[in-house]
Amino acid sequence: MQTNIIIAGVGGQGILTIASIIDLAAMQQGLQVKQAEVHGMSQRGGAVESHLRISDSVIYSDLIPKGKANLILAIEPMESLRYLPFLAPDGIIVTATEPFKNINNYPDEQAIKDEIAQTGKHIFVDAENLAREAGNLKAFNTVMLGAAANYIGISKEALEKAIESYFSSKGEAVVQLNIKAFRLGTAAI
Amino acid sequence: MDTQLLLGAEAIALAAIDAGISGVYAYPGTPSTEITEYIQQSPIARQKGVHSTWATNEKTAYEAALGMSYAGKRSLVCMKHVGLNVAADAFLNSAITGVNGGMVIVVADDPSMHSSQNEQDTRVYGKFAFLPVIEPSNQQETYDAIRYAFDLSEQQNLPVLFRVTTRLSHSRAVVKQQPPREENILNPSKEKRKWILLPANARNNYQQLLEKQATLASLSEQSSLNKTTAGNGSKAIIAFGIAYNYVMEVKQAENLNIPVLKISQYPLPDKLIKEFTDQYDDILIAEEGYPVYEEYLKGYFGNKKFRGRLDGALPRTGELSPDVVAKAMGVDSDANRTIPSIVAGRPPMLCQGCSHRDVFDALNTIFTEYPEQHVFSDIGCYTLGALPPFNAINTCVDMGASVTMAKGAADAGLHPAVAVIGDSTFTHSGITGLLDAVNDKSAITLIISDNSTTAMTGGQDSAGTGKLAEICKGIGVEESHIRTFVPLKKNHDENVMILKEELEYKGVSVIIAQRECVQTASRKKRQENKK
Ligand code: SF4
Repeated sequence: MQTNIIIAGVGGQGILTIASIIDLAAMQQGLQVKQAEVHGMSQRGGAVESHLRISDSVIYSDLIPKGKANLILAIEPMESLRYLPFLAPDGIIVTATEPFKNINNYPDEQAIKDEIAQTGKHIFVDAENLAREAGNLKAFNTVMLGAAANYIGISKEALEKAIESYFSSKGEAVVQLNIKAFRLGTAAI
Repeated sequence: MDTQLLLGAEAIALAAIDAGISGVYAYPGTPSTEITEYIQQSPIARQKGVHSTWATNEKTAYEAALGMSYAGKRSLVCMKHVGLNVAADAFLNSAITGVNGGMVIVVADDPSMHSSQNEQDTRVYGKFAFLPVIEPSNQQETYDAIRYAFDLSEQQNLPVLFRVTTRLSHSRAVVKQQPPREENILNPSKEKRKWILLPANARNNYQQLLEKQATLASLSEQSSLNKTTAGNGSKAIIAFGIAYNYVMEVKQAENLNIPVLKISQYPLPDKLIKEFTDQYDDILIAEEGYPVYEEYLKGYFGNKKFRGRLDGALPRTGELSPDVVAKAMGVDSDANRTIPSIVAGRPPMLCQGCSHRDVFDALNTIFTEYPEQHVFSDIGCYTLGALPPFNAINTCVDMGASVTMAKGAADAGLHPAVAVIGDSTFTHSGITGLLDAVNDKSAITLIISDNSTTAMTGGQDSAGTGKLAEICKGIGVEESHIRTFVPLKKNHDENVMILKEELEYKGVSVIIAQRECVQTASRKKRQENKK
């Protein structure tokens, strides 16, 4: 078993939270993990991505080879397209619908949607509204994790367990908020 | 023992604590910053009293680490690749003195220049100094090799250079810990000939260092860091450091049976290399960084059996990837998706509310009055002032160069000669240049955009916080030309006036534009709320 995931977003959106929860779940399942992150210059509102690899056997490269990502999990629609060369022919894009416009030349939103639709398997997630429904916009990332849960190669129960461990230090209310957000995400697809 | 998911940088830090260091010395620099931060946050390191506060620059860090080693204890010093340029004097001479307590220098290179001005390869420095170099391929090996590097340092009485790159430093994997060991006791060196580099001593020490090279090479021959994976056929690969991962990735995915020699310890194990290379007639040299050993193995007459970055089998510049290595190994990729043309670039930019924004706004306003508009700038978040909408700076070369380049340009007759530097960069390498300007009465205006932190690397403490005006006064800047303003929109007109006055002054003036980095401020607030 091997899953290659690109998590994409904009610096400051918290893509590393998603990565950390998947890492934790994989470790709790006794799987191997490699997760390359972007630090430094690229965090100041620039495009950021994380290469996350999970496997039951040894993983050599920290980077996913082109054409080998099973999943692009994007918390911003245009960013999902930036990493398209990595997506496997039968891979899937799971992306939030809400654009993050911190540049003047942000492309036409419908055109982005059309491009994503053309790539093959894809899911749009109205993560903002679902997070609001869960009780807090900050749960945006866990909504996205829920929406992508079928494609990670780890059971939903195991992911929920990891969410509990990840947020446990912040108290039961935060754990429950995120479990709710995760479930809303899984139900949305 | 415990297993944990650690960044390569964190694996270095944990390994150093477990190897019994008494101190880490460093100046922040991507991709090396997380090493020191991990030690600063480690409860065990704190309990043991391991030194971990930031140094003013890499040279002061290096010398302090050497002093700790002189005293008999183990020390770690960390920096990014260009930081070793700053510490190079101490580094090269410490190879001549040697060490007492174990000393390991971790240098994190940044091929592809993700956050840097060049992609220099630290292994060249290793050769330059005749020191052993360790270049691990993955996080577990990184952890284990740090302990080994300290042992090697103490056995050979030499500092050991430990090279990682961005990808290893900033990637996580599961790491298994070894039992920790005690720190060394205080045991200052008594050998004066070793430490006093008068010519007579230095000649002697240098000779000894050269004589040690045979021992170092034989250690590389025996090292488990250098190993061969058998295979068959007439083609083979020599993979250095992290390049090994990409080679093995392709080998595994494509079920190739190609022999691979992995090198992670230098000086090069010549016998091992010779035995290996004699068996094959087509050998790919995969190195992350410069083609340092490809050039060496090819030789002056260019032995064609060695392929790599020099003959185009691999790209001449930039970070390696599984894709470029696969291509060099003759594997065709069927990946054919491309980035749609609609996707716009999203470069990093100054945060909303950043004080540098207001500094550049004020500067751009006053500059409309001058025909020559040149701003010498420096390394930090404010380098982003180069991009729209500001387009406010003309240079960014190396730490501190804003001050001295402005001085040189002023000496040449350029007016106004304006430098913009951050507070942390100013204390790192700007003070001495300012003293030059004071002594020469050069007509420069130095703006210290003081946000009281080392912002670009994540908001570490800045050595000069609260002391900048005093420092400038102390080195002789006239008090009436040390001005302070708060870079805020509401102060714009007033700030422009201050700039105008100082730009017109035909001597050294310093303007301290003081307002805390908004990111650092909000992080501090969050931490306080937690308490
Ligand atoms: S991190 Fe601080 S200094 Fe850097 S751009 Fe943001 S606010 Fe400005």
